[in-house]
Amino acid sequence: MSTALTTSKNAPVDESPTGAPAVRISHVHKSFGRPGTATPVLDDITLDVAPGEFVCLLGASGCGKSTLLNLIAGLDKPTAGEIEVPSGRPALMFQEHALFPWLTAGKNIELALRLNGVARPERRAEAERLLELVRLGGSYGKRVHELSGGMRQRVAMARALAQGSRVLLMDEPFAALDAITRDVLHDEITRIWAERQLTVVFVTHNVREAVRLAQRVVLLSSRPGRVAREWQIDLPQPRRIESAGVADLSVEITEELRGEIRRHGQH
Amino acid sequence: MASTETTPAPADDLSGVEAGLDALDSVQIQRTPIGQLLRQKALPPLIGVLLVLGLWQLTYSLHVTASYNLPSPADVWGSLTDLWTAGTLFSIIWTSLWRGILGFLAAVAIGTPIGLLVARVKPVRAAIGPILQGLQSLPSVAWVPAAVIWLGINDSMMYAVILLGAVPSIANGLVAGIDQVPPLFLRAGRTLGASGISNARHILLPAALPGYLAGLKQGWAFSWRSLMAAELVASSPDLGIGLGRYLENQREGMSMPGVLLGIILILLVGVAIDLLVFSPIERRVLRSRGLLATGR
Repeated sequence: MSTALTTSKNAPVDESPTGAPAVRISHVHKSFGRPGTATPVLDDITLDVAPGEFVCLLGASGCGKSTLLNLIAGLDKPTAGEIEVPSGRPALMFQEHALFPWLTAGKNIELALRLNGVARPERRAEAERLLELVRLGGSYGKRVHELSGGMRQRVAMARALAQGSRVLLMDEPFAALDAITRDVLHDEITRIWAERQLTVVFVTHNVREAVRLAQRVVLLSSRPGRVAREWQIDLPQPRRIESAGVADLSVEITEELRGEIRRHGQH
Repeated sequence: MASTETTPAPADDLSGVEAGLDALDSVQIQRTPIGQLLRQKALPPLIGVLLVLGLWQLTYSLHVTASYNLPSPADVWGSLTDLWTAGTLFSIIWTSLWRGILGFLAAVAIGTPIGLLVARVKPVRAAIGPILQGLQSLPSVAWVPAAVIWLGINDSMMYAVILLGAVPSIANGLVAGIDQVPPLFLRAGRTLGASGISNARHILLPAALPGYLAGLKQGWAFSWRSLMAAELVASSPDLGIGLGRYLENQREGMSMPGVLLGIILILLVGVAIDLLVFSPIERRVLRSRGLLATGR
C-alpha cells in the first residue's frame, strides 16, 4: 500500500498536470477464489475520473461496484490491470458510519488527522473546523451513540475529509438513512464537493440518487461487472431529487438498468 | 444553531432543516439519580448479607451443632477485634493483597503480548491457543506442588502459581476481545492509514477493550484464588503471614471463629477489588460506548 502521504492539511495540493485523471482504472479484472475455478467479479473495467469530477457507479447487486471501490481504496489488489490514484491513498466512506465508539466525534476526526501526520497542536482546531463544515460545530465531545444516523454519517464525512485526500470514495453511504435525512445529506455532499473541489466516486444502486448527485453516471453490468453505459448529467446543481429533470433521466437509466438485470434471467 | 435571519441564502435554509433533524433524531441520554441507583443496586445485596447473618445467628442459637464447630457471628467479630487490637489486621491483609497485585500485574504484562500473538498470528494460535484454553480449566492449586519443588517455599513460588493461574485467562480474554472486533473497524482503520503498531494501538486494542477487561477481571479472580491456595500450602517464616497463612494457622489452632474470619476476609478482599476497581472501569467503558442499557 502506498504510504506516499505528503498531502498537507491547510494548503490544497497542486493538481497533477492538467488533463491527468484523479483516478485511472485501466483494464482491471478481479476474481475471487483459486485460479481456474475463480468467478470473475470485474471484467476489463477501464474508467478515468477527472480531478473535481463527481462520478456515480450504478449497478444492481453482483455488479462488483463495492469491489471496485475497495480496489481504488487500496484495500484489495486487482487480479489484472492497473489502478492509479496519483494524489495518494483516497478517503473511503462506508454504508455503516464505521466511527469508533470508544472515541468522541471530535476524537474520531483527530485520529484520522493524527494517522495522516498532522501535528498535535493543530489537530483540535482542524477537527472543530471539519465539524463546522458538516454543520456539527458543538458536537466535538459527543459520543457516537449519542448522535442520530444522519449526524453519524456527517461525522464520518468529516473524518474522511480529515485524511486530507482530494479523492473521496463513497460506498452507498446514505443507503441506511431515512428519506428526509438522505435528501439533506445529498445537499450537503454536493455543497462540500463544490467547496472543497473534491473528486468523488460514489457507489449506489439508487438511480435517482445517482442522477441527483453525479456529473457522470456509469452503469455497470452484473456478473461480471463491466461498464455498460455512461451518461453525462448536465442538469445544474443544486438539483432536487424530485425535480422533473432528475425524474426524466432516472426513467431512462432505470430502463437500461432493468435491461441489464433482465439478461440474467435468460440463459 | 445558526439563526435564519442573518443570510437568507438557500444554504442557510438547509442548515435550519439539518438543525431541526438533529434535534428531532438525537438520542436523549438520561442518568439515573443517585438515590434510585443506591436503592436498586446497593439495597438488595445488603438485604442478602443481613439474611445470611440472620440465618447464621439463628442456627447458632438453636444449637444445631456444637459451638466450636459453628461459632456465632459475634465470636467471629471478636476474632476480628482481636486482630485489630493486636495491630496485625492490616498487615495480614496487605501481605496477601500486595502479593496478589504484583502477581496480577506481572500476569497482565505477560498475558497481554501472548494474547495479542495468539489472536493475530495464525500459526501461534493453532499451536498454543488450545493449550491456553486447557490451562484455563486447570485449577492452579495443582501447580503448587510442582512450584514448591522447582522454586522452593518462597515468594517466587507464590508468583509462579499466580502467573500460571492468571496468564491464560488474561490472554484468552484478549483473544476473545480481538475476535469480536467488527471487521468494519479494521477496514476503516486501514483506510485511515493505520497499520502494524498504530493499528494495534489506535484500533485493535481499544476495540477489543471490553473483552480484554472481562479477561482482566477473571485474571484477578484467578490470581487471588491461586495465591490463597499457595499461601495455605506453603509455610515459611520468611514469607510473613498473609490471609491464607492466617487461615491455616487458625485451623492448626482449632479456632473456628478465626477460620471463618479468614474465609470472610479472603472473600471480602476479592469482592472489594472487583467492586472498587474492575466494575467501575468496566461500567465506564461500556457506558461511553453506548453498550450499557440505561434506565434499568
